[in-house]
Amino acid sequence: MSELTDLTLAEARDGLKAKKFTSAELTDAHIDAVEAARGLNAYILETPEKAREMAFASDVKLAKGEGGALEGIPLGIKDLFATEGFRTTACSRILGDFIPTYESTVTTQLWRDGAVMLGKLNNDEFAMGSSNETSAYGAVANPWLAGNTDKVTAKSALSDLATAGGAGVLVPGGSSGGSSSAVAARLCLGATGTDTGGSIRQPAAFTGIVGIKPTYGRCSRWGIVAFASSLDQAGPFARTVKDTAILLRSMAGHDPKDSTSVNVPVPDYEVAVGRSVKGLRIGVPKEYRVEGMPAEIEKLWHQGAEWLKAAGAEIVEISLPHTKYALPAYYIVAPAEASSNLARYDGVRYGARVPGKDITAMYENTRAAGFGSEVKRRIMIGTYVLSAGYYDAYYVRAQKVRTLIKRDFDNVFAAGVDAVLTPTTPSAAFAIGSKASTDPVEMYLNDIFTVTVNMAGLPGISVPAGMSSENLPLGLQLIGRPFDEETLFALGAAIESSAGSLPKAEKWW
Amino acid sequence: MLVETRPADPKKLIKGATADWEVIIGMEIHAQVTSEAKLFSGASTEFGRPPNSNVSLVDAAMPGMLPVINEECVRQAVRTGLGIKAEIHQHSVFDRKNYFYPDLPQGYQISQYKSPIVGEGEVVLDMPEGQVKIGIERLHLEQDAGKSIHDQDPNNSFVDLNRSGVALMEIVSKPDLRSSDEARAYVTKLRTILRYLGTCDGDMEKGNLRADVNVSVRKPGAPFGTRCEIKNVNSIRFIGQAIEYEARRQIGILEDGGAIDQETRLFDPSKGETRSMRSKEEAHDYRYFPDPDLLPLDLPEGLVDELKKELPELPDEKKARFQAEYGLSAYDADVLVAEKASADFFEQVATGRDGKLAANWVINELFGRLNKEGHDVQTSPVSAGQLGGLIDLIKDGTISGKIAKDLFEIVWTEGGDPKEIVEARGLKQVTDTGAIEKAVDEIIAANPDKAEQAKGKPGMLGWFVGQVMKSTGGKANPQAVSDLLKAKLGVE
Repeated sequence: MSELTDLTLAEARDGLKAKKFTSAELTDAHIDAVEAARGLNAYILETPEKAREMAFASDVKLAKGEGGALEGIPLGIKDLFATEGFRTTACSRILGDFIPTYESTVTTQLWRDGAVMLGKLNNDEFAMGSSNETSAYGAVANPWLAGNTDKVTAKSALSDLATAGGAGVLVPGGSSGGSSSAVAARLCLGATGTDTGGSIRQPAAFTGIVGIKPTYGRCSRWGIVAFASSLDQAGPFARTVKDTAILLRSMAGHDPKDSTSVNVPVPDYEVAVGRSVKGLRIGVPKEYRVEGMPAEIEKLWHQGAEWLKAAGAEIVEISLPHTKYALPAYYIVAPAEASSNLARYDGVRYGARVPGKDITAMYENTRAAGFGSEVKRRIMIGTYVLSAGYYDAYYVRAQKVRTLIKRDFDNVFAAGVDAVLTPTTPSAAFAIGSKASTDPVEMYLNDIFTVTVNMAGLPGISVPAGMSSENLPLGLQLIGRPFDEETLFALGAAIESSAGSLPKAEKWW
Repeated sequence: MLVETRPADPKKLIKGATADWEVIIGMEIHAQVTSEAKLFSGASTEFGRPPNSNVSLVDAAMPGMLPVINEECVRQAVRTGLGIKAEIHQHSVFDRKNYFYPDLPQGYQISQYKSPIVGEGEVVLDMPEGQVKIGIERLHLEQDAGKSIHDQDPNNSFVDLNRSGVALMEIVSKPDLRSSDEARAYVTKLRTILRYLGTCDGDMEKGNLRADVNVSVRKPGAPFGTRCEIKNVNSIRFIGQAIEYEARRQIGILEDGGAIDQETRLFDPSKGETRSMRSKEEAHDYRYFPDPDLLPLDLPEGLVDELKKELPELPDEKKARFQAEYGLSAYDADVLVAEKASADFFEQVATGRDGKLAANWVINELFGRLNKEGHDVQTSPVSAGQLGGLIDLIKDGTISGKIAKDLFEIVWTEGGDPKEIVEARGLKQVTDTGAIEKAVDEIIAANPDKAEQAKGKPGMLGWFVGQVMKSTGGKANPQAVSDLLKAKLGVE
């Protein structure tokens, strides 16, 4: 038998059904892999006992020929999702050792369908970051190394991730860096992520896996630690398009506890994988051809379009004229909402508390010690743009820009475009520490191709499409109509099969 | 924006040392919505539970929790809007009002800032000098905060979140009130309307109705002066006292050549004073913005019409009907409609009977007695049926008005059916002319000189009636006594 951890989620599911192996075996193989990969720092909480317990329960069902769509499948969970009885911190010191008494809707649905929890995955603090370097639990290593990196040196550098960039260790992207690293390193068959400005798609691209941010309102936000409520959306990571389709079907659905979740039926996404893309119209937006874009990204993008054309799709150049305003507007809207969403972390009811001489001092001490610098920066930006006298100039204008961005997409969809093809990121993964200490805007630019999708509330998928000159994975992004994730799965699968067998991250950790 | 709506009334001016001053009052009433659950969570709103028992994960602002609107609270707000004849906004928006306080778990209050659910309306006050229309600026829904308790421990404060997230209606008046009397009448009237609608119990002792009172003064005809806001006044009496004090304080400052600082003040009932709480400079920047966890509130098609149809008769309409249908005076009608329970009680008594007589007995005898003994109409020892029975006995001449009062006393203390009591205790009015005639003859015979005087002085008749009534133990029909005396004494 090949390594159980090398299976795709769909293969594992079918193997379990065919009783080729048990969930206990599959889960143990992953638990072992997780333990052996601690240097990557993808998991910040391992829950092997819970995993074995769940796997046992799944095996009982599987033995009887019963079980849900994910019966016995081991998954990792981003630390933004509240997990009942298991520490949930959003990787912030301010939540301390917070253990929720409730389970997020998305994870509840995963467990309902039989999935097994391996543990909680690292992420940027409160999902604010594009490299997973703002986590209170430290940076995460990308299982990919640039072609010329010495593996032995890289492995020894894992003992101090903060400086591991010097040895060529790369970031896994962010904010869902633990999720992308874990899936790419085969430490789980799939993982949950959240995406506010690219936090699923960018890490998926950086680690050579698939990640989809569904339409805003597709998955419930209930029980997910909020960053920016109008942009946050949960989605899955896995190693194939089909695997993400299987996961999303379980994660999605209307939730009366989330007023912004939408009551539309959840289709069987797996059916859409492999569906013909013949006759689909794919828009290639000229505004995404940004200055200084590496030639290899440009080439990959062109290649993607050629593949889809070969598969029968029609490629059209389109214009999304307000694209250039998306990033600045995003960095007003998201921090504004975050500044308010994070007000509840005040040391009064739960999480960390640092005493002070009076209530104001307690607040100040607690929040000064509890939040990291990126979170503080965004709270300050958000507070500023909502302040009297600045609100109209910043927040209101950013909302107008948001409307225009949405209209750009509405127009192209109305003109018959079925999906938009873009690169996911302007570059391949970079070394730990190489951007974190420079101008924060440098880091923010990572999200330049992904934030528009959140601003417009649309679904977006990142699919691995090729390798960079340094043999690092690169991804292409497909953006769809609202609630038309199916078309994205169909197109994503077309790219996936056209790209052929891309290399896997070889174990060096 | 403040819009001038009323000309100065010389009778309402306050005399200062150097000039007459007009006081301008606007009010923000916070009325707790009558509902089983909170505005955005399923937690109970039951009063008097142990601290922190009515707290859901949402109310405690646990990570990842989201608000979901309680539709009954929305309906209550619409009903209230209809009750104050206001414009109902089909589309409204919930905003976040951001500030830090331990009893505000989210770090923001969900309120409605730019787009409230209810717009302009009015409340009509019946003042001694006539009707006064007070404009309503808006009504919006918002969350109440929890309670901080500072007197339980020398070093710590405690927080009770039972109230946190309970639905409030903030009802904002225009600056149309011109005296403390009007302010008190306004709160009283608004409370009456809310109680009729069943949208707020108006219980000020429990804090279910609180007022922020904005007060400024000016010389008649001058532009509005700088206002001070007196926060959280929790009784109608205190509202009056606070306004009186605050108006005089401001007049004093202005007459001494000073200027009013725009500030928030607190009323201290023990001293009868207002004192500064925070100045305009210390005012919070609440950083309002639309709550991204909630979609804008779009009322379902037809909801407003449906609620309009179900609306109960409101005090103004009831008052008009009582006057028209029962011939009541405006004053009596006012007294009766002030509480829906009183009005209902009256109607039970008055139906099929003499409305004026019924109003007299309900207001003067029953309410007088209830007040004296600390009862309200719901706990009245005399039921509407009993009082109606008593009135029937007066009306058909079975008992006299005087006996009726004795009978009322018996029913009040002992209970029972008035008719049976009258039978059993021989309280029936004597209408037997023979018996009355005998008594009349006896009195005339015993007082020949007075009988002679009465011929020239008809006023003496009253004395004779009194004597006859006395000798018959009050049971003689006074009309019959009077008729007989007139005939026998030869008085017209």
